[in-house]
Amino acid sequence: MASVPLVAVTTAPLDLQALTAAVAASAAGDGAVATFAGLVRNHNQGRTVRFLEYEAYEPLAVRVLGRIVEEARAAWPGARLGLHHRIGHLAIGEASIIIVAASPHRRDAFAACRYAIERVKQIAPIWKREHFEGGDVWLEGATADPDDEAAKQAAQRIACA
Amino acid sequence: MRVTVRLFARLRDLAGTGELTRDVPGPATVQTVWNALAAEMPSLVQYEKTMSVAVNAEYARMAAAVHDGDEVAFLPPVSGG
Repeated sequence: MASVPLVAVTTAPLDLQALTAAVAASAAGDGAVATFAGLVRNHNQGRTVRFLEYEAYEPLAVRVLGRIVEEARAAWPGARLGLHHRIGHLAIGEASIIIVAASPHRRDAFAACRYAIERVKQIAPIWKREHFEGGDVWLEGATADPDDEAAKQAAQRIACA
Repeated sequence: MRVTVRLFARLRDLAGTGELTRDVPGPATVQTVWNALAAEMPSLVQYEKTMSVAVNAEYARMAAAVHDGDEVAFLPPVSGG
């Protein structure tokens, strides 16, 4: 079996079990693994969603995912993370992102996992185009700025809430 | 000097292409490249206040220097996850 990278941007369906195993392999003896999967929802802002199309600036996106893993490790020493984001055409119910956070204790595993998804939404150069009944639209959230300390602190507050 | 410009998501749609090359006079910054592009494609200007930029696949500032052969990317607000 090919080794699973801890961070990836891929058009292939995401495999939470494989990523969990990859993170666990580097976290033997830890007491907690928290996982998150973000799925394509069938409705958004009153619209009926047909499917989503994700696009990334891939080389930068992979670097940013690696940066987020490092940030989480700095904030919760001992935490180890895996983070995969899918791009391309995604049907309703498919996973667009999976995150695995392992730590000696559950509090840090949950916090690091939550922090990672918040940071992805803030700074990963990835976009989704929503195809809904009657049209399509590029969704636009945050202006990406990895050096924005206020955004980073906001993500930490949410993670520790 | 010649630079490669990368555009994503709605910026790519507005420009009709995700990648193009442009000659700009040196010494240049990201701002120089953007100004040339915005003059050519006024519909892009609406993103000047909200976009992020990258040089050679690293986040950068508008004042960052750009050299011959560099790849300059303009990124609308992100929506991953």
